[in-house]
Amino acid sequence: MAIARRKFDAVIVGAGGAGMRAALQLSEAGLKVAVLSKVFPTRSHTVAAQGGIAAALGNVTEDNWHWHMYDTVKGSDYLGDQDAIEFMCRQANEVVYELEHFGMPFDRLENGKIYQRPFGGQSQNFGGAQATRSCAAADRTGHAMLHTLYQRNVRANTQFFVEWMGLDLIRDEQGDVLGVTALEMETGEVMVLQAKATLFATGGAGRIFHASTNAFINTGDGLGMAARAGIPLEDMEFWQFHPTGVYGVGVLISEAVRGEGGYLLNKDGERFMQRYAPHAKDLASRDVVSRALTTEIKEGRGCGKDADHLLLKLDHLGADVINMRLPGIREIAIKFARVDPINEPIPVAPTAHYMMGGIPSNFHGQVVAPYKTGPEEVVQGFYAVGECACVSVHGANRLGTNSLLDILVFGRAAGNQIIEDLKKNPHHKPLPADATDKVLARLARLDAQKDGENVAQVGTDLRKTMQAHCGVFRFADMLKQGVTKIGEVAERVAHTEIRDKSRVFNTARVEALELDNLVEVALATMVSAEARNESRGAHARDDFPQRDDDKWLKHTLYFSEGRRLDYKPVRLKPLTVESFPPKPRIY
Amino acid sequence: MKELERARWRCRRGLLELDIVLQRFIDKYYTQLSEIELQQFTTLLDLPDNDLWDMIATRKEPEDGSLLSVLRLLQTA
Repeated sequence: MAIARRKFDAVIVGAGGAGMRAALQLSEAGLKVAVLSKVFPTRSHTVAAQGGIAAALGNVTEDNWHWHMYDTVKGSDYLGDQDAIEFMCRQANEVVYELEHFGMPFDRLENGKIYQRPFGGQSQNFGGAQATRSCAAADRTGHAMLHTLYQRNVRANTQFFVEWMGLDLIRDEQGDVLGVTALEMETGEVMVLQAKATLFATGGAGRIFHASTNAFINTGDGLGMAARAGIPLEDMEFWQFHPTGVYGVGVLISEAVRGEGGYLLNKDGERFMQRYAPHAKDLASRDVVSRALTTEIKEGRGCGKDADHLLLKLDHLGADVINMRLPGIREIAIKFARVDPINEPIPVAPTAHYMMGGIPSNFHGQVVAPYKTGPEEVVQGFYAVGECACVSVHGANRLGTNSLLDILVFGRAAGNQIIEDLKKNPHHKPLPADATDKVLARLARLDAQKDGENVAQVGTDLRKTMQAHCGVFRFADMLKQGVTKIGEVAERVAHTEIRDKSRVFNTARVEALELDNLVEVALATMVSAEARNESRGAHARDDFPQRDDDKWLKHTLYFSEGRRLDYKPVRLKPLTVESFPPKPRIY
Repeated sequence: MKELERARWRCRRGLLELDIVLQRFIDKYYTQLSEIELQQFTTLLDLPDNDLWDMIATRKEPEDGSLLSVLRLLQTA
């Protein structure tokens, strides 16, 4: 079968904040850029980011990038690469001002400067007083950023391929990346998008968990494609959970509820947080509260017939306070938990929120992997930015407001790097003869499958396995069983069957292909988590409660082939300043 | 052909809250919608995520009053 082929200077998969920031850099430099997106660009998950963008502008209180760098290194539990973190924090002001010039409607101070607000984990003077570092556009920062970037891209003639799904990477014998194969949903056609530079900005993969705050589109497509093409996935055991998601659906109930005086109860009506954090109680940090919830459930003090959730009580605040200060929360509780918090507590459970791991890349946005001769060789022609990438600036735990900064800084950096690389390599390399063999075989398998399993059912089992065996608090026996169980799920994923074999707008096929990606992410997460015998940042092990810098101050690399693990050192040396050596992380 | 599938896919959004509500709406009401209501639903789907969510959460009314009947259904989904 002859497959249509189109050529671009750069192909970007994913049209969230990271992909569109990179696209803008390239299109404005006059390159021919294609951006693929499963959904309309302004409906990307970036739209859900509310907190703001961290930048040490110092508009409200004194601040500087070095303090921001310290907070980020500490927040990462020392797993973040300090060269990349310095790079990000130093560029923060510039990328924020740039976005302001693009037309981003930031909130303002009376003197006209960008308004900034305090946020957890931000400090002055290397761990001193609270810093005021988050630049926001009301509670719609991500939304405003997406719309701003989309408008600029349209003006710069970026070509958007909407309702297209990336299928697989094309690599040649040298390992260079030469583009992607992609599926146009409207026609069901597969096309080769050949490029001198291929950039992944496909976002997170929270949908591997039963409870997640992530939108349905977050299926880790970039990670699946990379893993199938032999690229390792880095630090996949590190997932940030939010302690209070609506039980059963995962929708986020923000910290604001506990900030206003709401508190958590177990099935005995006990205010259990005072046992885990006698001082901070319900206002303890996210990881402490998440672990406490999991422990209560594990020890049989959960609520409901399955004893699998806790209750968040706020009726004592009274209808007036709830309606005035927490109207959005009340709406969410009514809609998704079917309870009115004015009268009844909200059932909650920890919910997966952000993936710290991803496709290993350096701070220029280039994908790096141990092949050819070195442990961090640049994979020619391949770039990754945003949540799908592991630079690693978030290490073992991300600070709020650093992810929007991450996508701006590294979106732009990757754009600049591609512009430089294309000056050196101005021509398309020839495609290998077998460029599309594997992806066509995968599609043919799906179409020909008989007596296979239902995609939705296997997907549900995958998510439940991840939630039960590799959630916010991890136990050796559960992880061990989890590795076996997720392997069994993977076997079933290889035999999914779809009833609808038609070409035009076949969402069943798309969902089956998404499951191929989810399972790669799930395997990487489970296998990496089972092996890491320590607790660090978001990875909390019951049997190894301490961080172990002697053995585990290193990045995990998971290879899909053979489900093999390797490790590489953390880059502790910053670009110009002194290294921040590991210290106990106490807030 | 495949209108339901297209509509279902376009209910995939950036906000999980919308994903859930829109999926429920599709399951419950989509096949019963009249031509005019289908048109209104498409118009609502073209709104930015936050605006649509604000309307479903009754924090905001649409400028175009003719969208209200479908919006009311969405609010109960």
